[in-house]
Amino acid sequence: MTVNTAARSAAVAARRPRSLTETRFRPMDLILKCLCILAGAVTIAMVAGLIGYILATGLPNVTWEFLTTEESALNRTYGILPNIINTLYTIVITLVVAAPLGVGGAIYLNEYAKKGRLTKIIEFTTEALAGIPSIIYGLFGMMVFNNTFGFGYSIISGCLTLSIMVLPTIIRTTQEALRTVPVGYREGAAGLGASKWHTIRTILIPCCKGGIITSLILSIGRIVGESAALIFTAGIAANLPTNWLTHAGSSGATFAVQLYQYADQGRNDVSFAIAAVLVILVLAINLLARLCSGRKKA
Amino acid sequence: MTDTKPALSSAPKAQGVPERNPSLSSAKRAKGVIERVMNIIFFVCGVASVLCVAAITIYMVVSGLPAIREVGLWDFLTGTVWAPTAETPQFGILPMILTTILGTFGAIVVGAPLGLFTAVFICYLAPKKSQAFLTSAVELLAGIPSVIYGLVGITVLSPLVAKTFDLPSGASLFTSIIVLAIMILPTIVSVTITSLRAVPQEYYDGSLALGATSMTSIFKMNIRAAKSGIITGIVLGIGRAIGETMAIIMVSGNVVNMPNLFGSVRFLTTGIVSEMSYAAGLHREALFSIGLILFIFIFAINLILTGILKKGAKQ
Repeated sequence: MTVNTAARSAAVAARRPRSLTETRFRPMDLILKCLCILAGAVTIAMVAGLIGYILATGLPNVTWEFLTTEESALNRTYGILPNIINTLYTIVITLVVAAPLGVGGAIYLNEYAKKGRLTKIIEFTTEALAGIPSIIYGLFGMMVFNNTFGFGYSIISGCLTLSIMVLPTIIRTTQEALRTVPVGYREGAAGLGASKWHTIRTILIPCCKGGIITSLILSIGRIVGESAALIFTAGIAANLPTNWLTHAGSSGATFAVQLYQYADQGRNDVSFAIAAVLVILVLAINLLARLCSGRKKA
Repeated sequence: MTDTKPALSSAPKAQGVPERNPSLSSAKRAKGVIERVMNIIFFVCGVASVLCVAAITIYMVVSGLPAIREVGLWDFLTGTVWAPTAETPQFGILPMILTTILGTFGAIVVGAPLGLFTAVFICYLAPKKSQAFLTSAVELLAGIPSVIYGLVGITVLSPLVAKTFDLPSGASLFTSIIVLAIMILPTIVSVTITSLRAVPQEYYDGSLALGATSMTSIFKMNIRAAKSGIITGIVLGIGRAIGETMAIIMVSGNVVNMPNLFGSVRFLTTGIVSEMSYAAGLHREALFSIGLILFIFIFAINLILTGILKKGAKQ
């Protein structure tokens, strides 16, 4: 025992690798290590398998015709052009509503609010919004926007519902970006006589541009994948817009909702084709978000 | 601070002190107005989320209560028969509540250890250069829409389960648990990795210096130090699993049965979706009541989460 301790302290003193301690075989260590490696392998295999399977099954059905026509029962062809248009409408309107609110909220929390009760309540409710499941948003949106406001099943109801849903994403990511702006910038601006709004407009927002864009991209990711909140608010119609201006007032299914429709009807080939399109979109969105936040750091 | 600034600058003007440049003073005044307006606008944006949560809470309670009052809270919560369209309709959601609880519990039992070990693997065992790549690969799982999980679940997993366990149909609680476990994995892994990274390197080094092996140090030092973060991840996972709808509506079988691991079941969430399109009257109100129960579940979890985070912050 004493020899061992002496040897160990000698090893520490000499800053040598801890070769002496590794001579004893510990089965628990090996088991834990194996479990970790196994878990890692299973998880990674699952990611690769899932994405690979969807792309392999779906991509062969993704043709130019599939992307640029609407479904035709007469010709027995499938097309998701209406869904592409609906998804674009949904993304744009949702962001137009949610981005100013979210960025403004983050600026209020970071720049205006004093630490206190209200800030705590705002932070708690933002967390709560992030935790509310999309089906609850769907119910809420249906009651408020479809019935109380009288929008009916329409893209605009879906967008208003989704804008509440993506609010926490935008607030949090923008807040993180705002925190990375050094306090010295604000102090310097104040020292030069700039007002608060002037500082925000000319210094803070340009500094956080990367963060804000990242938050918008992340929101797009959520919007594209959302189905439960949209099915009761935006409905399930898949028609090409007859009037581009009033299209937002009519029912329209995004990719994900349409995918659910087809999967529910058991039409797996079309479902997988849409799934492949969605997965590619999600990959692209992830990559974009990474690029944007990476540029912010650099 | 913002409030006092414009007031101070306009004070001398009020006393009639001559300004050398009148256009400058009016510009200053306009600036003060803009300041104040922006202050209000940002305040409104700030409280938007509070208003939204308040509105959601009020609407959920107001629309959920009528059916509960009509059916009776006890009968609603503990009734085992859900027959909303029968001659004498019965609204008992106990099977759905139990399914949701068991499904979530199962997902955590499968997903939490898998997530924890994966996080340890990525943090400590994987080559340093591949860590960022592996983390983003796992986080990719979080970005995949839930309908896609449902689709793959019904076309791949469900037949597999049916074949392995020799069942007539693979759409069951078991399949749902696996799908949920995969879906909560990214949450658990990324939160755990973040909290493991926050553990000071000295803990690990100190443990090694005391003669512990690398694995012992990780599991006895670092994981204990990161405990509150790991629990946060698991609670977030629970929240996600309880609220998940579209992925499990296809793989759960969607029949209101008392939960049976290999039987067809219906969750609270899927109960709402599967009948909302044709429900009317009391039936529809009962679906809103299910929504209210679900909402209460989620809120309880949020409160627990805040409690954990507060405790973690104190430490």
